[in-house]
Amino acid sequence: MKNQLFKHHLFWPVTMLAALLLFNLIYSPDFFKIVLREGHLYGSLIDILNFGAPLILVAIGMTLVIATKGIDLSVGSIVAISGAVACMMISKGADQSSLSLVLTAIAAALGLSLVLGLWNGFLVTGAGIQPIIATLILMVAGRGIAQLVTSGQIITVSSDTYEYIGTGSLATLPFSIFVVAFMLIIASLLTRRTALGLFIESVGSNPKASLLSGVRSSVVILAVYIFCGLCAGIAGLLLSSNVSSADGNNAGLWYELDAILAVVIGGTSLNGGRFYLMGTVIGALIIQTLTTTIYMIGVPPEITLVVKAFVVLAVCLVQSEAFRQSLVRRWKTRHYPGEKEVVRRAS
Amino acid sequence: MSEPQALLQMRGIHKVFPGVKALTNVDFRLFPGEVHALMGENGAGKSTLIKVMTGVYSIDEGSVAMEGHPISIHSPLESQSAGISTVYQEVNLCTNLTVAENIFIGREPRKFGRIRWKEMNQRAEALLKERLNLHIDVTQPLHFYSVAIQQLIAIARALNISAKVLILDEPTSSLDRNEVGQLFRIIRKLKSEGLAILFVTHFLDQVYEISDRITILRNGELIGEYMAKDLSRIDLVSKMIGKELNLLEELPKSAESKKFANQEVMVEASGLGRKGSIEPFNLKIHKGEVVGLAGLLGSGRTETARLFFGADKADQGGLTVHGAGQGVHSPREAIDRGIAFCSENRKTEGIIDDLTIRENIILALQATRGWFNRIPRKKQDEIADEYIKALNINPKNPEHLIKNLSGGNQQKVLLARWLLTNPKLLILDEPTRGIDVGAKAEIQKLVLNLSQQGMSFLFISSELEEVARVSDRIAVLRDRRKVKEIQEEEISQQEIMQAIAGG
Amino acid sequence: MLLNRKYVPVLVTFALFALMFIAGSFRYTGFFSLQVLMNLLVDNSFLIITAVGMTFVILSGGIDLSVGSVIALTTMVSASLVQNLGWPPVVVIPLVLVMGSVFGYIMGAIIHYFKIQPFIVTLAGMFLARGLCYVISINTITIDNAFYTKVAQTKIPLPGNSFISISVLIALIVVAAAIYIAHYTRFGRTVYALGGSEQSALLMGLPVAQTKIMVYTLSGFCSALAGVVFTFYMLSGYGLHAVGLELDTIAAVVIGGTLLTGGVGFIAGTFFGVLIQGVIQTIISFEGTLSSWWTKIVIGLLLFVFILLQRVLSARKATTIKA
Repeated sequence: MKNQLFKHHLFWPVTMLAALLLFNLIYSPDFFKIVLREGHLYGSLIDILNFGAPLILVAIGMTLVIATKGIDLSVGSIVAISGAVACMMISKGADQSSLSLVLTAIAAALGLSLVLGLWNGFLVTGAGIQPIIATLILMVAGRGIAQLVTSGQIITVSSDTYEYIGTGSLATLPFSIFVVAFMLIIASLLTRRTALGLFIESVGSNPKASLLSGVRSSVVILAVYIFCGLCAGIAGLLLSSNVSSADGNNAGLWYELDAILAVVIGGTSLNGGRFYLMGTVIGALIIQTLTTTIYMIGVPPEITLVVKAFVVLAVCLVQSEAFRQSLVRRWKTRHYPGEKEVVRRAS
Repeated sequence: MSEPQALLQMRGIHKVFPGVKALTNVDFRLFPGEVHALMGENGAGKSTLIKVMTGVYSIDEGSVAMEGHPISIHSPLESQSAGISTVYQEVNLCTNLTVAENIFIGREPRKFGRIRWKEMNQRAEALLKERLNLHIDVTQPLHFYSVAIQQLIAIARALNISAKVLILDEPTSSLDRNEVGQLFRIIRKLKSEGLAILFVTHFLDQVYEISDRITILRNGELIGEYMAKDLSRIDLVSKMIGKELNLLEELPKSAESKKFANQEVMVEASGLGRKGSIEPFNLKIHKGEVVGLAGLLGSGRTETARLFFGADKADQGGLTVHGAGQGVHSPREAIDRGIAFCSENRKTEGIIDDLTIRENIILALQATRGWFNRIPRKKQDEIADEYIKALNINPKNPEHLIKNLSGGNQQKVLLARWLLTNPKLLILDEPTRGIDVGAKAEIQKLVLNLSQQGMSFLFISSELEEVARVSDRIAVLRDRRKVKEIQEEEISQQEIMQAIAGG
Repeated sequence: MLLNRKYVPVLVTFALFALMFIAGSFRYTGFFSLQVLMNLLVDNSFLIITAVGMTFVILSGGIDLSVGSVIALTTMVSASLVQNLGWPPVVVIPLVLVMGSVFGYIMGAIIHYFKIQPFIVTLAGMFLARGLCYVISINTITIDNAFYTKVAQTKIPLPGNSFISISVLIALIVVAAAIYIAHYTRFGRTVYALGGSEQSALLMGLPVAQTKIMVYTLSGFCSALAGVVFTFYMLSGYGLHAVGLELDTIAAVVIGGTLLTGGVGFIAGTFFGVLIQGVIQTIISFEGTLSSWWTKIVIGLLLFVFILLQRVLSARKATTIKA
């Protein structure tokens, strides 16, 4: 029984999150306090969910991409482009709060995100370029495109309708939480209620055998990049709506790295195969809580980076076969160092 | 005996891997000025023995002596400095570097640490010209040249290390006839210069053409060392496969003789072939027929299977499936048209490591049904339970990860995957390799049962006994050619072995 | 003399640079001058130095995402030591160079011994270096040390009424040394072999472990040196210095004709890869109506073209070998 608990894939992420929350509780007893004011719930926990929403979204898309042995470096750029397109279109309208205008803007932004995802997917499957290299192109050019859309300025909009996405509440909770929940449900349904999840995992785990079993891997890979683009696009809308403005240069900066980190913390291996959507969500929450915590204890938030560095390293070392073996080897008799080296490589 | 002293002498070599005895008490000798062929089927221990010599593995027990002096080898570098050089099948050079560099890297002529390119290029050119009769531009990257030339350059690198022993590990497998001729001329030249050459190949003709001495391994044990001229082809084959001819007994065939001439043709290959893997051949498979493919390792068995399944693209001839003659262009198309293929590489081309038994079983069927027509979970469980019971898969729990299963059980899961798609033709490539006797018999029985129900089979196995038992007709391959078809009434191990050994 | 085919990508890069420069000269008055050319070097000397280190890493088949952050950390450490603690530059500069090298060495060792993808290890390095900047201070530290300002302001006159800075001199020396290392030393050739096939390199008895770790050490050193040069250029230390520089660097290396999968490429190509980025920036600033973000779009486009070109070339190579 006990063993089962330790082995569950959510055990370590949940423990980490719980430890962080516990630390916060001890440091500031008010941390868990949630108050209802003017029909909205307020409190640190709500903030973590609200501010963490865009990251969770991006990380959900990234999870599926990583499960196929891929990676998408361009999500940060897509976040910026999506926000820029939406804000630009709304700011040009006569009545910025008009529902039809906002919906058109959202549709355009998401449509473009889908196209950008398709582009990545095409480079990976059609042109056969390694994912990390293929998505690097859009990562570089995407920032430029976002700035092109905003003409290099920060576009501000004053649209109550648009603002609602990022700041509004529904049933006392921030609307963004519902967006995330919706996308999480969509992703779960797509992967667990259709056969897509099975195909993603089989392609990521053994591409050759999948092909010989008749799985159309190129279609699967195309689909995950498109979905990842869509998730990043929605995240871009949330971010820009939250501040009522679009900044082509800084919106979504480093999101690709945080998203990858969230996926890895959540237990999905960078080598592809099994993926865990809930693990990813918790991973993203850990990152967000970390940021909040560091803010709270009064250290400059930028120092989060140092902690992140060690988290990345620790998670990767734990996943590294070689590292575990080197720990085991300390207890065993010595072999020729040269042999170890060669055998590892030869196998 | 006026035998000269052995150059390299290995005595009582043992090597154990977790769960496998790779080499048991093997003796091996190499003589200067001789070409020595190392022969054996899959799992015989050839590659382990070579890796021991080249320092990739270290031995558990036994001794190695070079020119009478005991040596110990723990790394490729030590092996090289002892005078042993290896040229691998997949050329282990860096194709992005120039020809000259590939010969000299790690040993470049230098002055105050500065590499002297001019001298290096000149020396490379001279080496290739004088010893290998090769006139090429040594300043070009290696990938500008054919694999045959690359192989020669690998030999040149070996010679430059002043090798006494040259190991050629399947050097001819990707060469055409002219290139093989060129290589053999060079091997003879090197032999006359006193080099001891170890030659590994699957081509019997080449063994007799070039080698003086033959050592045969089987299941990690030494079968014997013979002079090539004293060992007949049929003896060689029977020693490799492990059946003495006079001990062979005829297996009684199943009572009712099935006649297939009147049955409809399920799949027909006409002039099907692919350059470098199998020469064009004709083959008909009838409904309910089990056609065996026999031949030594590397004779083109797997290549044939892959052409049938569309995993490799044929460059000649055509394939007719169930009367429709448009060929098969991808595995997916093959599956849609009722062909299934169980690869011999269970690990790399069969199982999906991260997935459970259940998921591995339903994968191919789900692939043909597409994304949205998901097999309901309840149905999946039923299917998994059914096949686990029918094929006696252990453990019984369908949620076990397949990577933790034994080889035999993994194989059964893969069989279940394909049976579930209800194929008209099931191609089995070495379905019983590396699995225990019980599972082996179960799989053979399954093939016979299903064929009686009308499923056709293309059955590949290195074990003659097995092929003879399950097949209604046997196609024999030798050196990447289909050389004979043995009809049901003539099937016997002796017949097959004779066809494999050839003239 | 027959042209060796392996030089083709570098020549393409050089031709592209020349073409852009000539086009600019025809289009804008005042473009065609030695000083404009020299300014390309002056403004990009730190990028050249970083890209040289990155070229070795990519040639070996790896990648280093930490370069921008190491530059920032170097400026930060230099500034705080010189400005806040009053240490002499003679001590500080060697110290930061050692620091960068050790940083690279540790990343290389982790990559090699624990077999973790370079991408992830250097990503952690990137977070760490950036974060350490803020541990020192979250604000800009301006340097008014005499030595630094003197170096920053020194102009080395060239014929034709033009000049270069000391940083350019350093960059050119680095490029020359790198060409020598890549082409004429065992270490350099082993890097190429490693990028071609690690397995083969090992079987040929080459020192794989040592070389791999050295490559990241070298990249760390180059980043630190670029950081020193960047400090001269900006006369300040700041945690937000050189943000996104890793991308510019990788782009320069790829545009310079180096294969991202390793094994093929030249330092000289990288040099012109950086200059192409510089020319694009210069043209855009001369154009006036075009804005700075076009640089990113054009570089992205060039990346796409070069990556696709590499893909096509390597695909063709594979087929010729089979035939």
